[in-house]
Amino acid sequence: MKKKSWIRKNLFANAWSSLATIVFAVLVVAYLPGLLNWMVVQAVFGPNVDACQAARGTGACWGVIAEKWRLIVFGRYPHLEQWRPALATVLLLGLLFASCVRKFWTLWLVPAWIVVWVVFFWLMHGGLGLSVVPTDQWGGLPLTIMLSTIAIAGAFPLSIFVALGRRSKLPAIRTLCTVYIELVRGVPLVSILFMASFLFPLFMPVGKSPDVLIRVIVGLILFWAAYLAETVRGGLQAIPKGQLEAAASVGLGYWQTQRKVVLPQALAIVVPAVVNTFIAIFKDTSLVTIVSLYELTGALSIALNSDANWRPFKIEGYLFIAALYFTFCFAMSRYSLWVEKQVHHG
Amino acid sequence: MAEPIILFEKVNKWFDGFHVLKDIDLQVAAGERIVICGPSGSGKSTLIRCVNRLEEHQEGRLVVDGVELGDDVKAIEQVRRNVGMVFQQFNLFPHMTVLENLTLAPVYVARKPKAEAEANAMKQLERVRIAEQAHKYPLQLSGGQQQRVAIARALCLTPHIMLFDEPTSALDPEMINEVLEVMIELAGQGMTMVCVTHEMGFAKAVADRVIFMDAGQIVEQAPPEEFFSNPKSDRTKDFLSKILGH
Repeated sequence: MKKKSWIRKNLFANAWSSLATIVFAVLVVAYLPGLLNWMVVQAVFGPNVDACQAARGTGACWGVIAEKWRLIVFGRYPHLEQWRPALATVLLLGLLFASCVRKFWTLWLVPAWIVVWVVFFWLMHGGLGLSVVPTDQWGGLPLTIMLSTIAIAGAFPLSIFVALGRRSKLPAIRTLCTVYIELVRGVPLVSILFMASFLFPLFMPVGKSPDVLIRVIVGLILFWAAYLAETVRGGLQAIPKGQLEAAASVGLGYWQTQRKVVLPQALAIVVPAVVNTFIAIFKDTSLVTIVSLYELTGALSIALNSDANWRPFKIEGYLFIAALYFTFCFAMSRYSLWVEKQVHHG
Repeated sequence: MAEPIILFEKVNKWFDGFHVLKDIDLQVAAGERIVICGPSGSGKSTLIRCVNRLEEHQEGRLVVDGVELGDDVKAIEQVRRNVGMVFQQFNLFPHMTVLENLTLAPVYVARKPKAEAEANAMKQLERVRIAEQAHKYPLQLSGGQQQRVAIARALCLTPHIMLFDEPTSALDPEMINEVLEVMIELAGQGMTMVCVTHEMGFAKAVADRVIFMDAGQIVEQAPPEEFFSNPKSDRTKDFLSKILGH
């Protein structure tokens, strides 16, 4: 009886609901068996080219992952040294995880961030007993995670200052911030990456230009800071003037007012929008491929294009990295819900 | 009269060409309790907000607690430390508990140790009879409770002057008295108070002087007995008949 009323309420509440239920049911019945058949029943799981070729069109070739996963995950990083990016990534993910847990929100996080990043770059780059691996050989998941973490950790604080600057009473600062936002936000990320990679060195003395990875990181930070600044400004606009007056009336100065009164409220409002952008930042690191930094999607292309036998199994490869991207983005999304709960009072 | 604690001399202010304060001359003695009333748009809120420089005046001299208000930020911050303000809309910080609202300025502006600031905050909360709500957030309280917290927050810096800008106008009728009681108590303790309000009962009970403003000018000022029983100008009579006439 209970089951019956649940079905009625949730699946057949009215004509439209009933129609939607039937349409979905038909779609599931029509496509799910075929999908499962392709993904599981007829699929080849072992790294066997001949079996994969034989199953083409009827079953998925997960063997391509089994065969190429190290190239996909680590890119062109030297095979024998791949324990280094693996360890570096585990350390970095550990740091990020710890930074998200309230229990660890102490001053110890500051030295932890410094130490983990130093160790990260030492492991990746080498020196001090490890062989040196130049940055153009870094790739795959470690590069994706590193780029997005630095882009977020750099762009978000910068965006707060830019957003405050755009609302400043000082005309010079206000104009500077407005021009910066409009200029940077008005061009595609791809063109910023091109400029960082190819144009910038032209203005520098030969051989004096910083590493392409550094230039790309700076480009990412500047681009996303302009985007986030507008999101943050939206939050700042939402704070009633009375809050500023109350802060002023008890003698708080400008920075104290921003830090203690305005930003905690403004940032709480924009959590969903900010995390939305964080997710975009994470996924859009895939654009650095165009300046020959082979992060996860770039590494996948290399892994498959370099081997004629496995080249046909791109779909399986993309499904694999899509699952990786989804895992990280979904985690961010869930974390954002938790943060929203923490900052909601009364 | 001894050195006034608040001194307006020929103060003028414009909002984008609109002349909102016209040649204001006003002296408030330490310990004096002033009630300012007048129709909306008369400039009474603007006047009180000039005292702690939430609004700036363009002409004339304004000296508060021995400090002349001008562009000097340090002077402004000093005045604000010594002048408490209570707003119509309470303006509590909604992301902080009641106690955090009260200790914010003592800790970050007056640089008091946190324990001392909290002990004092609890004392002020008891003064406004709301100590049991110390760990709640403002939005969990009623309007009257929030306004009492706002008064306690202003008291935490041990101000020399308290400004009230229509403190009961946003309250439901049944909550007005609990706020007025606290204000009357405060008046009895010798605090210098400048209060913009239409609560004429409060004015009669505690004010040393009632000031009537209209169109940016101080039209009339007198002790409450005289002000209410024998108003001189027609504008005052008209105003009083409107707010007392039913």
